[in-house]
Amino acid sequence: MSADSLIGGNLLSIEDLSADGLAEVLEVAESFVEVNGRSVKKIPVLKGRVIASLFFEESTRTRLSFETAAKRLSADVLSLAVASSSVKKGESLKDTIETIEALGIDAVVLRHRSSGAAHQVSRWVKEAKVINAGDGTHEHPSQALIDLFTVRRAVAERRGVDSRGSGLALLAGARVLIIGDIVHSRVARSEMLAYAKAGAQVRVIGPGTLVPGNVEIYGAERAENLDVELAEADVVSLLRMQEERGSGRFVPSLHEFSTLYGIDERRARLIRDDAVITHPGPMVRGVEVSSLVADDPRMVVREQVTNGVPIRMAILFLALSTRGEMVNV
Amino acid sequence: MSETTIIQGGTLVLPDTTMKADIIIRDHVIAELGDGLDVPAGATVLNAEGAYVGPAFVDLHAHLREPGGEAAETVATGAAAGVKGGYSALVAMPNTVPAIDSVPVAAHVLELGRRSMLEVVPAGAITLGRRGEHLAPMGELAALGLTFFTDDGTGVQNAGLMRRALLYAKGLGLTLAQHCEDESLAGAGCMNASALSSRLGLAGRPAIAEEAMVARDLLLAQDTGARLHVLHLSTARSLAMVREAQARGVAVTAEVTPHHFTLTEESCAGYDPTFKVHPPLRGSTDVEALRIGLHAGYIDAVATDHAPHAPEMKERPFDEAAPGMLGLETAFSLTLEALGGGEADPVLLFKVLSRTPAHIANLTRHDQRRHGLSAHGGDLSIGTDANLVIVDTSTRSVVNRHDLASLARNTPYEGRSLIGAVRHTVVAGTVALRDGEFTR
Repeated sequence: MSADSLIGGNLLSIEDLSADGLAEVLEVAESFVEVNGRSVKKIPVLKGRVIASLFFEESTRTRLSFETAAKRLSADVLSLAVASSSVKKGESLKDTIETIEALGIDAVVLRHRSSGAAHQVSRWVKEAKVINAGDGTHEHPSQALIDLFTVRRAVAERRGVDSRGSGLALLAGARVLIIGDIVHSRVARSEMLAYAKAGAQVRVIGPGTLVPGNVEIYGAERAENLDVELAEADVVSLLRMQEERGSGRFVPSLHEFSTLYGIDERRARLIRDDAVITHPGPMVRGVEVSSLVADDPRMVVREQVTNGVPIRMAILFLALSTRGEMVNV
Repeated sequence: MSETTIIQGGTLVLPDTTMKADIIIRDHVIAELGDGLDVPAGATVLNAEGAYVGPAFVDLHAHLREPGGEAAETVATGAAAGVKGGYSALVAMPNTVPAIDSVPVAAHVLELGRRSMLEVVPAGAITLGRRGEHLAPMGELAALGLTFFTDDGTGVQNAGLMRRALLYAKGLGLTLAQHCEDESLAGAGCMNASALSSRLGLAGRPAIAEEAMVARDLLLAQDTGARLHVLHLSTARSLAMVREAQARGVAVTAEVTPHHFTLTEESCAGYDPTFKVHPPLRGSTDVEALRIGLHAGYIDAVATDHAPHAPEMKERPFDEAAPGMLGLETAFSLTLEALGGGEADPVLLFKVLSRTPAHIANLTRHDQRRHGLSAHGGDLSIGTDANLVIVDTSTRSVVNRHDLASLARNTPYEGRSLIGAVRHTVVAGTVALRDGEFTR
C-alpha cells in the first residue's frame, strides 16, 4: 500500500493521492458497483459511523450522491441545510464545524464557495476526516475520480476487456482534451492533476481569459487549435461555464463562446468514434454543447452520475478505514 | 515631572558614524554626552553595554484601529506595542470608523495619543470617508498639525482626483502617501497572482496592479511637483521605478514592510489567512530584490503596516478574511536580520527605521504648534529631545503571540526565532521600556 493512500486520511485535493492511491480508489469503487446492482443496496461496513454532509453552496447531484453513498455503507448521515441553519444567523464556518463535531461525527463532507475551506476545516476538526466536495475554484477531487473511473470503464468496454484490476493502464497515454472555462473550474483543476497522475497526456483549450497562463503546473499543456485537438483526443472533457463565478464577464457573450468553443454537430463529427466525452454536469445545452450532441452516444454523462455513488462509497470507506484493518466488502 | 536618566556603556549611532559614549537625559532632552559620565544623584541607570543607542524608531504606517475597531487594537495598546518594538512615534492610519477625515476625529486620536506611552500623529484621509470621490478638508486637518495624508487600505483610484489632491496638498506643503493598487486589476484578489494562486484556486492581486499605480503616481508627482510617499512597495519593478524617478528629481519617497522583504507567497499555500495582506506577499524574486534594495540603501524607510485584527476576522475562509498582519513588535528584528544581523550597518539600520521616516513624516523638529510633539529621528546632539532606543543585536528570541503587547494576535512570525531585542525605549525623556518591560 502506498504512503499516499486515502486509507484513514482526508481527501482535500487530488494531490493527497499517489498514482497507487488513485488506482486503489478506482478498484474499491469497482467492488461497490456490484453492491449497487443488488436488490438490497446496502452493506454494513460503516454501521454506527456518522457522516456530516455540509453544503454551504448549491448542489444537487454531489450532495445526493455523497448521502446515497454514505447510506449504502450503513452510515448515519447528518445533513446540514444551510438555508435553515444558524449559518444564516451569522455563525462562522469555524463555529459551525466545532458545533457539528461536538455532536460526534466521523467524517465531514464539505462543499463551500471559498477555495481552501476544506483545508481550513481539516485544521479545525479534532478527529473527523474531511472530504472536499468542492471548494471555490480550487478542487473537486471526487468528481475527477468519477471521471477517471467512468473513462476507464468506457475504454475497457470499447476494447472488450475487464476494467477491474486494470489499475491505471487503460488511462496511461490517453490523450485528454479539456475545453472551456479552466480558470474558474475546480473540476478542471482536479481533472488535470488526476489524469496527469494516471499517465494521460492532458491538453486544455479555451478563451485566453479563461485558461490559466501556467497549466504546466498541473501537468497539462495548452492547445491552440480546437478542430485539430478534437480529431486526436481519446477523451474530451467539457466544462460548464461558471456564470455564478463571473465567467460571463471573461467572454464577450455566451453566444460567442459557444461559436468558438462549443461542441456543435460539425465539431462532434471531428471527434473519433471511439472517443469518450465527459461533462461533470449540469450541462447547459446551447453553450458548451449543442442539444443534439448532448445526447450523443459517446457522451457518458449519465454513467458519470451513476458512478458517483460507488466512487463516493469508496472515498468514504477508505477515509474511515484504518490501515491493516480493511474490511472485506 | 522631570526625571534624570543615564544611559551607560553603549555605542551611539550617529547619522554617519558610531561612537562609544554615555548619555544623560534631563528635562526631556539630551543634557550631557561623554565617556564615563558620573551617575547623577537619583538618576535612573539604563545599561547599554554591548548595545546600540540611537534615535527611537518612527513608524510611518500603523493601524491603531481607534475609533471603531477597538476589538482589534486601541491607541493605547498599539502605542504599547510600539514602545516594546522600540518606537517613540507612530503615524496612525486614517482608515478608522469613522475615518480620520475631519477635525473632531483627528483631535480625538491626537488626544488618545497624548494619553498613550508614545507620540501618535494621525495621518489624514485624502478623500472624505476614503471613498475616492471628494477631497477631505486637508487644510483644516493641517491646522491640527497633520502633514501626512492617505486613503490607505485602498489607493485613490481616479487619476484626475489624485492629480487634484496632489496640487492641493502641494499648496499646503503636505505629503500624500498612496496605497498603490489599481482595484480594476487587483479586484477581488486575495493573494499574489501567480502559478501558486492559480493552483490554490485563489483570485490573484497581480504585481502589475501595484506597478501601474506607482507608474501613474510618479508621473503625477513629477507633473505637479507635489511630495509623494509610496506606501508598502512590494515588487522589484516598483522599486526600480521609484529609484528612477528619484534620480530624475521627483519628490518621492518609498517604504517597504518587514513582511514584504521577509515572507514569500508560499506562506499562503496552507490557506492560513494570517498571511493574507494587501499588497500581497510576493514571489521570492521580488522578496530578494527588496532585501538587496534595503541592504544597498535604496529604500527610504521600513514601515510596519501594523494591521491588528480580532481573531474572528482571520478565522475565516481565506477569501473572506481581513487582510493585514501585526508588525510593530517584530520590525526591528526583521530589519536587523535583513541587514545582516550582528554584522548589520547600524547607521543604515537607524536611517531606515528612524531618521528618514521621521523626516518623511515631518517629525524632526520640536514644534509647539503641534501640541507639544517632540522631535524624533534626531542626531543625538546635546539639547535635542530624548527619543531614544537601546537595542541588542546578538540575542535571539522566539515569537510567541501570547507575549505581544498588541491586543491582537495575528502575527505571521509565530514560533520564529528572531535576532536582536529592544532593551530600553525612552519617549520624550521618559523611560517607557526598561530591560524589555514596561515601566508603567
